[in-house]
Amino acid sequence: MEAFFASLVSVAFHGTALGMILYVISVGLSVTMGLMGFANLAHGVFAMAGGYVLTTAISRFGAPFPLALVLAFAAVAAASVVLERLLYSRLYTASDLEQVLFTIGLIFVAVAVARFIYGTLQQPVVLPDYLKGQFSLLGRDFPTYRVFIIVFSAAMVALLWFGVERTRWGAMVRATVDNRAMAQSVGINTRRLFTLTFALGSGLAGLGGGLGAEIIAIQPTYPFENLVYFLVVVSVGGLGSLRGPFVAALLIGIADTACKYWLPQYGAFPIYVATIAVLLWRPAGLFGRHA
Amino acid sequence: MSTHAGGYSADPRVRWIEFLPWIVAVAAFFALPEYLSLGARILIYVLYALSLDLIVGYAGIITLGHSAYFGLGAYVAGILAAKAGFHDPFVQLAAAGAAGALLGISTGAIILRTRALTLLMLTLAITSVLMEVANKATALTGGADGLSGVVVAPILGLFKFDIFGKTAYLYCLLVLLLGWWLVRKMIYSPFGTSLRGVRENSLRMHAIGAPVYWRLVLVYTLSATIAGVAGGLITQTNQFVGLNVLSFESAGELLVMLILGGVGRIYGAFVGPVVYLIAQDLLAKQFPEYWYFGIGTMLVLVVMFARGGILGILDGTLAKLRRKP
Amino acid sequence: MNYLALNGGALALALSLCAVPAAAQTIKIGSVLTLSGPNATLGENMDRAIKLYMKLNQDKLPSGVKVEVLTRDDGGPNPDKAKQLSQELIVRDKIQFLTGMTWTPNAMSSAPLATEAKVPMVIMNAGTSVITTMSPYIVRVSFTLWQSSLPMGTWAAKRFKTAYVAVSDFGPGHDAEAAFTKGFTDAGGKVVGNVRIPLANPDFIPFMQRAKDAKPEAVFAFVPAGKQATAIMKAYGELGLDKAGVKFIGPGDITTDEELPNMGDVPLGVLTVFHYSAAATRPANKAFIAAWKKEYGENSTPSFMSVGAWDGMDAIYYAIREQKGKVDPDKTMELLRRYKNPNSPRGPISIDPDTRDIVQNEYLREVRRVGGKLANVELETVQTAVKDPWKIINNKK
Repeated sequence: MEAFFASLVSVAFHGTALGMILYVISVGLSVTMGLMGFANLAHGVFAMAGGYVLTTAISRFGAPFPLALVLAFAAVAAASVVLERLLYSRLYTASDLEQVLFTIGLIFVAVAVARFIYGTLQQPVVLPDYLKGQFSLLGRDFPTYRVFIIVFSAAMVALLWFGVERTRWGAMVRATVDNRAMAQSVGINTRRLFTLTFALGSGLAGLGGGLGAEIIAIQPTYPFENLVYFLVVVSVGGLGSLRGPFVAALLIGIADTACKYWLPQYGAFPIYVATIAVLLWRPAGLFGRHA
Repeated sequence: MSTHAGGYSADPRVRWIEFLPWIVAVAAFFALPEYLSLGARILIYVLYALSLDLIVGYAGIITLGHSAYFGLGAYVAGILAAKAGFHDPFVQLAAAGAAGALLGISTGAIILRTRALTLLMLTLAITSVLMEVANKATALTGGADGLSGVVVAPILGLFKFDIFGKTAYLYCLLVLLLGWWLVRKMIYSPFGTSLRGVRENSLRMHAIGAPVYWRLVLVYTLSATIAGVAGGLITQTNQFVGLNVLSFESAGELLVMLILGGVGRIYGAFVGPVVYLIAQDLLAKQFPEYWYFGIGTMLVLVVMFARGGILGILDGTLAKLRRKP
Repeated sequence: MNYLALNGGALALALSLCAVPAAAQTIKIGSVLTLSGPNATLGENMDRAIKLYMKLNQDKLPSGVKVEVLTRDDGGPNPDKAKQLSQELIVRDKIQFLTGMTWTPNAMSSAPLATEAKVPMVIMNAGTSVITTMSPYIVRVSFTLWQSSLPMGTWAAKRFKTAYVAVSDFGPGHDAEAAFTKGFTDAGGKVVGNVRIPLANPDFIPFMQRAKDAKPEAVFAFVPAGKQATAIMKAYGELGLDKAGVKFIGPGDITTDEELPNMGDVPLGVLTVFHYSAAATRPANKAFIAAWKKEYGENSTPSFMSVGAWDGMDAIYYAIREQKGKVDPDKTMELLRRYKNPNSPRGPISIDPDTRDIVQNEYLREVRRVGGKLANVELETVQTAVKDPWKIINNKK
């Protein structure tokens, strides 16, 4: 019994760490899709880029870990602004097919560029000493870094939610997600809002990618491999919402870890079946709005 | 989806230019004996692309999960051959098609009630489920090792599937011919017209009382059947099935092939795979990184500037030439 | 970066610069390896060994005979792609030998082609026992998981009462699991649990957590060498298994020489049974390592896959030499069955004429610090001239 409880704790712990990372990466996708109605399948590219920025900053330039995290956010956010202005913005009125094709094309290009610059191997993650080792809590040992992931992500999430609930920008985002035409007619500059929000979402993805590099390996095929997970979080959570993907991400993180732990012979099968079931029951996601 | 020049005429008679692909295919058989296995693969992908075009191009359903039907067909044919001892090629192929149809109608009926992201996600999830099953049911599918020991008896007892791919090539050509004829017939039928109606303006279709949902399910099932047949073909040609038939990367590649040729027109599904697979054969081995870079860039450029693909560009050029005095 | 083109070009240039007499013959060898993707280092190590062997052994060929290696990239364990590449090499390029084969699935899918086209297939790496039975034209010069994992199990039962078994879910993994379990339980040990880890990109933490929670005295693990070995080693360290007193054991794939530098200090003390270590002190190995470092740099280390490729080329050259350049497939197979090399970098090796599989010594090694770096130090020879146990037990050829 004690052994079962112990494994329950470790599954919950590792699952939460994975879930937090999934959320930090995917929340940007949810907001962008809700805001602009644009299916950015290439969202994983931003997470991957953040991972590369972080690992390069540390291994190649010896940057301290906190700085590398900031860089992962900032560099990816900046790059996403360029991409948005140059490419994405032209396709806001394009058909779904064209948007899907465009983003798939972006993924191919990003994968090739990553391969070219970094080679095909996983990026080694070098953690600072104070984040290595084990952390003792209530008589159990947990890997320190994963504790850090949970705590830091929670802080980011709190910041984000505060931002959306309390700031003017947040109000504008919520208004535009609710009703774009109406928002425009009350004078909200939706173009600038899109760019800003896109940058924020992509920057968060970059941060999540870098932070989670240990759990979700940074390698050129990252955007392909993990696309399904990010999409599941967003579609199960509900487009355009903040809370929905959070619940979904945690559920998925824990369920995935639990399955790997207790039912490894089934692989990720239960997760996909569960996703199908949820989506058929609630097509707009658990917390989604539009039917 | 924007309309495209010269997509399909109202006249269902076969135009002379439509004989061209078949002439080229037969000529290739005689002229390029060492490349017949590549040729067979191209033919299979043309069939596969045709099936995808039915739903993406004609019915306007965006899916990333078409490889579910292709992969299921491939594995069903493989398992029958390797594990259940059914060596007759026609039995294997029929089973592959039937499996595609069954999965197509059951999944189609469910997912076509949803739209956009939910639909896309469901198609991805279904494929993922199949992928996991194939990965884990090692006794049946060989798992990551793949399914070897796929025995395909000679066709009619005479034509053996050999390493050169001669029999495979002609066999695939025949199946493609049948598939093409079927698709063409359907597109020029009243059903096909109603499909275009659904794609262009489904709201109005509802208004005139045409049952949209069941039309979509029907075309989806037909498409899944053809994809299943294509999957069976690839198992028979390779005498092997690997997990790759279900991968997202190959589903993405199929979409690229279709877009390259031109979506929403039968011959787009012909041109796309031919150009893509030949280019890949020539270039990708030497420079795999550059290949993906090139494909990605091409996709982005096609979406932004050349939405009709190669055939669209051809049509545009022809139209310009005709306008010159 | 464009390794392939560079080396292909250099090879072509070198070949063209040799004055070729009118009666010259070029024997084409097709090599299907992994040169891209997350496992690219594996194929690269094999390819380097092939090129190095060819460079240093030009005098071992009969006069007027040249060898050309056509290298193709399978991208990883992609049996469909590998089969396609093998087929093209045979039909389009008309190779006379097929070799390489980093992965079991790739070898298995290509086997029927060797039979149909009568092309001798020299397997330089793939280690699942059943492969050699799939075609009479296959000979393997690398290793099998049973050769290493069965003796490991027998030896481990002397030290540990309980063990947990974690392997990658594909051919070699299943072999390692079965072999270790047999050796361990036959010698009185108890396997307290096992798990099969997906081959593609796993996160090892949940699986190692399961292992830790079962509280065994040792964890026996097998994952493909290269980056996966490093990843599972990291998970072992991160979860504090070493501190909890759980020993990590396995076949040498998990402490593969070229990856040891990337594993930090975690592997210290890990015990493995394997047929090759780059730290081996026998003269043939010292010469091999020296030649390698001279060609590829001081910081480069060959792996067991390099040795497999090296010995594979040696076997092929032997067959070519004995037939004076006129290579006949059946004669080649007869010769390869009788191939022996008492002086391979891994010690004495030979081919079992009945099964066409490799026969070699297995050594017990421990990871220790040697000259400031981690190395697999060979402690003792666990067994000499080991034939593949699986075939003996199951009476297969």
